[in-house]
Amino acid sequence: MKQIKENIMLNKLSKLSAIIFLASFFIVGCSPKNGEKTETVQYLTIKGSDTMVHLASDWAETFMKTHPNIEISVTGGGSGTGIAALLNGTTDICIASRKIKNKEIKLASEKGISPNEIVTSRDGIAVVVNPENPIKVLSIEQIGKIYTGAYKNWQDVGGPDQQIIVLSRESSSGTYVFFQEKAMKKKDYTQDAMLMPSTSAIIQSVTQDKWAIGYVGLGYGVKAQDKVKMLHIKDQANSPEISPSVASVQNDSYSLARPLHFYTNGALNGAAKEFVEFVLSKEGQKIVLESGYVPVD
Amino acid sequence: MNSWRDKLIYIILVGSASTSILIVVLIFVFLGKEAFSFIWDPGFSELWHTKWIPVSFKKEIFGILPLMTGTLLVTALATLLMIPFGVLGAIYVAELASDSERQILKPFIEILAGVPSVVIGFFGLVVLSPIIKHLFGLNTGLTALTGAILLAFMAIPTVLTVSEDAIQSVPRAFREASLALGANQLQTIFRIIVPAALPGIIAAIMLGVGRVIGETMAVLMVTGNAAKITLNPFDSVRTMTATIAAEMGEVAFGSHHYQALFWIGIFLLIMTFLLNLMAQRVLRKYQMR
Repeated sequence: MKQIKENIMLNKLSKLSAIIFLASFFIVGCSPKNGEKTETVQYLTIKGSDTMVHLASDWAETFMKTHPNIEISVTGGGSGTGIAALLNGTTDICIASRKIKNKEIKLASEKGISPNEIVTSRDGIAVVVNPENPIKVLSIEQIGKIYTGAYKNWQDVGGPDQQIIVLSRESSSGTYVFFQEKAMKKKDYTQDAMLMPSTSAIIQSVTQDKWAIGYVGLGYGVKAQDKVKMLHIKDQANSPEISPSVASVQNDSYSLARPLHFYTNGALNGAAKEFVEFVLSKEGQKIVLESGYVPVD
Repeated sequence: MNSWRDKLIYIILVGSASTSILIVVLIFVFLGKEAFSFIWDPGFSELWHTKWIPVSFKKEIFGILPLMTGTLLVTALATLLMIPFGVLGAIYVAELASDSERQILKPFIEILAGVPSVVIGFFGLVVLSPIIKHLFGLNTGLTALTGAILLAFMAIPTVLTVSEDAIQSVPRAFREASLALGANQLQTIFRIIVPAALPGIIAAIMLGVGRVIGETMAVLMVTGNAAKITLNPFDSVRTMTATIAAEMGEVAFGSHHYQALFWIGIFLLIMTFLLNLMAQRVLRKYQMR
């Protein structure tokens, strides 16, 4: 009885595999026919920094118009997510608003991946306050002291006697780490800092709360100019105050600026190469400017 | 053949009934597996710091105490808010409301139960937090209280519906006997019916608390997420669930931070487990009487 059953099973299995075998021939046989009409479509995935998602999808959309045989999908999640995806081989291009960390480079070489860095554009970080706040200028040192918790009152920086509400991005954000490095000299954020899940939540909060301070990408700051005030920044206490703008980010006089990167695995080829060339071309850099960021030079 | 088939069906039934056990065990095993090596590498005592600084250029600190107090504060406040509304509402709907009133009330309660938590969170951010800010003269409306009120909104339908069922399942004879003995309607409700339905009401509250502890999106949006130890309802707090949701997406796989997030998950699970255990104890105690 059992023997017979097993035989039947075997029989079924072999039939099934025969069908799959034949079907695969059929599919293989068909594909060249389709290929005659449309060229083989190449897929390109881009993943990473939330700061760069809009920019990357603007690039992708324009690029795909002139390259119908390349399909590009762009997803966010944060710079760390993008780099992790690059290391796991689940994305072709990683967009990152911070440099790859030594730890990550080490992990990459363990996995046989050699990250290749390309600077695509620049971004400035604007420090924003409510328009009713009389403060117009802060030095990097003052900003650092506010965010590390050394200054808790606006009086400490020459403002009115009001408690400072410190707003930050979540620790998963590339901007969080960048700000920590540049403005806070790598010190830890104060425990009183409120971590907001998104840039728009920071803008929303600064609009509502008179004595709040937050930081956002220059592009977002410019768009929300009627709701929040972007502070001018002094690199040192006695250096000139610089307003955040395209020009000041480009000529490096504005202190809170950073390059925005692509990371790819090894040398570029195929669709990825074409795309990167497009991004660095005049047309690609024009899109950078239009999206509120700053071209490479 | 027949007995063989019976056995098969029996096995399928037992299997489906014990799926939950299997899933709970699997979750514990999985969480444990990811979190385990944290015990000796940075050391288990690292979890009992008073600071949560997962990203640092100097030294990362994974103290989950501020996250625990955050969750406890929000949960306690939400519970205080949802008990009167949920239970009194249930008494009204079950005992005093006329049929037409009930036909209006019930659908709305059900709609409230179905509002997605992101939508409630958005409402909290844009509408409730400015109100809280002005009402209490605060500098910001992103507080533990704001989160608690939103969570109470979400838990009230659960508490109300389950309590109402409990109240309605009190035998009719209790009511009639009480009224026949000369008690008025309010006396009957508060001295006879509510005590008789108490196990069900407590179970309802526990279900509500369970929902509150586990809720993520709404608190992530309105509590401000500052990881500090506080018992002040007007302070910003960071809950355990919000921490996991905000940080898990970006954390390096297998790092200490990653393991610490799994420990938060384990403690969250233990907390809800204890809560369920307590609920069952209470239920049993009242049923014995």
